[in-house]
Amino acid sequence: MISVNREGEVWVFAEQHGGKIEDTPLELMSKARDLADTLGVKLAAVLLGDDVKPLSKKLIQFGADKVYLIENPLLEHYQTRTYSKVIYDLIHKHNPQIVLYGATIAGRDLAPQVASAAKAGLTADCTDLQIGQHEIASNGEVHENLLFQVRPAFGGNIIATIINYDRWPQMATVREGVMPMPTPDVSRSGKVIEEKARISKDDLVLEIIKEHQRQKKVDLKAARVIVAGGAGVGSKENFKMVWDLANSLGAAPGATRAAVDLGFIDHDHQIGQTGTTVRPSLYIAIGISGAIQHQAGMSDSQKIIAINNDPDAPIFQIAHYKIVGDLNDVVPNMTKAIKEKV
Amino acid sequence: MAYNCVVMVKQVPDTQKITGQAMNEDGTVNRAALPAIFNPEDLNALEMALQIKEKLGGKVTVVTMGLPTAANVLRDSLYRGADEAILITDRKAAASDTLATSYIIGCAVRKLDYDIVLCGRQAIDGDTAQVGPQLAEKLGITQITYVEELLGLEGKDILVQRNVGNGWQQVKAKLPVLLTVTGDANEPRVTAAKKLMKYKNARTSIEVSGEIKAENPHADEVELAELTERKCKQLDENGMLIKVWDLDFLEADLNWCGRSGSPTKVHRIQSVVLTAKESREVEPTTAGISDMVHELIKDKTIA
Repeated sequence: MISVNREGEVWVFAEQHGGKIEDTPLELMSKARDLADTLGVKLAAVLLGDDVKPLSKKLIQFGADKVYLIENPLLEHYQTRTYSKVIYDLIHKHNPQIVLYGATIAGRDLAPQVASAAKAGLTADCTDLQIGQHEIASNGEVHENLLFQVRPAFGGNIIATIINYDRWPQMATVREGVMPMPTPDVSRSGKVIEEKARISKDDLVLEIIKEHQRQKKVDLKAARVIVAGGAGVGSKENFKMVWDLANSLGAAPGATRAAVDLGFIDHDHQIGQTGTTVRPSLYIAIGISGAIQHQAGMSDSQKIIAINNDPDAPIFQIAHYKIVGDLNDVVPNMTKAIKEKV
Repeated sequence: MAYNCVVMVKQVPDTQKITGQAMNEDGTVNRAALPAIFNPEDLNALEMALQIKEKLGGKVTVVTMGLPTAANVLRDSLYRGADEAILITDRKAAASDTLATSYIIGCAVRKLDYDIVLCGRQAIDGDTAQVGPQLAEKLGITQITYVEELLGLEGKDILVQRNVGNGWQQVKAKLPVLLTVTGDANEPRVTAAKKLMKYKNARTSIEVSGEIKAENPHADEVELAELTERKCKQLDENGMLIKVWDLDFLEADLNWCGRSGSPTKVHRIQSVVLTAKESREVEPTTAGISDMVHELIKDKTIA
């Protein structure tokens, strides 16, 4: 059990595969930087792998004051046992107050192992992190400078703020795409601290037989404009008008879970709590009612246009431009107007 | 070689059907206000275990932790082909977070013979995906998460395919292992009519006690206890008794259970209300749409 340590650092697990750092931990760096500054402590990135030292520089440019670097041939590929052992040892040695992970598949595989071994709390899939204080209702005890771990719960119907005040480190995984990617600062400098991994060949309990990488069919996160369709579009054939409008704008086509489940479009296009989180300049929602699960993945868009024949659809509550009408008329009309003007 | 599979299942509120206020004031879930269902991905875990049993032999034991009403998902598991069902229930386990939960169910699984522990990838009430990996850590066994296909099982070797986000990975491990199974792994079978007929009278001792009390409104405590015991014994002889384990039976350290065993606490709960700062209606006409597009080009939202 690890006790409360007010001087402890803020850590981000710098997940890398094949010498490339994942986007989610990089996105996390700006928020982690803010947290460390608010607390007046150092921000450290934790980098594990084989021959990954050159990545340290990038982590410093993205905001780290320090990089804990653990290089070992046994760490070449991510495995739960080896990685969790090394991180647990590091936590024990340096006593950080906050440890953050991207809520990637590896992050969600790793963080609970570490939490269980450290007997520490862990909050999954956070969408925001803040520093705040908590008063215990029963005895009036006040705990200051705690990590507020904000996450949707109950299928996105509520937002819960979770804390842990008596057992540390405070740990959370953070959803992909919910924090803006920081701009690297090439003038930043920082320290690289090399640490040893206390692991052996026996810790490689998985034998990786075969791997297959699949390119995503669309890069929704990078898109400036997204045109998304929901169940209201009606059919796969009709979904063509979503593609047409997207093409006229150079936009990425997106979809709700309902549209994906109905087979209108591939899962790679899914936006929302169980898909990708996006924050484009413009989001055009076509035949989307706006279930809370979908809104969770797109409500941060700078401008939202909603097209729906139901004036009471929840999507209109967050739309900047509300078009109540038949999408079969409105969408081709819009495509035409754009082709004429752009 | 036959394999003993332990499947961890959970009864969850159907979060797709939330209406009105389903939260208590302290931020915990008012489960009574929502329909309770079998957590969807736990059905995929159960299906994988049943297929192992059918192909290679062995036994499928289903374990849940929850309120006494969670016996319903255990009966459902028996209807689908599970051999044994165990309910972990105890007031002192209430308000357990994922760490405390994994500690308690770890105490239970350790009492069982197992080669493979199977869990759903995550439960739809919390969506944390934490209890599976934490249970693996408590048991000190190899974990393989996001399993989408079982490719081979021979002797002490298991080969599975797991989702790694941008593709898949085939990994081999030595038993015992804990798998978390995704919704893509299989198509869970429906309940079998024959098994439903067989197990519809399966009960926990808690349920038996309630039923006996209702049937014998005038009996005193001693008589009720006697009747309950007799009925339970009879059910047990016929393989119809769903076991109930409490924290005493599990010899669990109460410091690691319930609220005191849970490092995470709720600071605040807010309902989600999202609204746009500025919004306006656009007429669904050629002119209305044309004006809007013009405006978006002018303010450089679209290039």
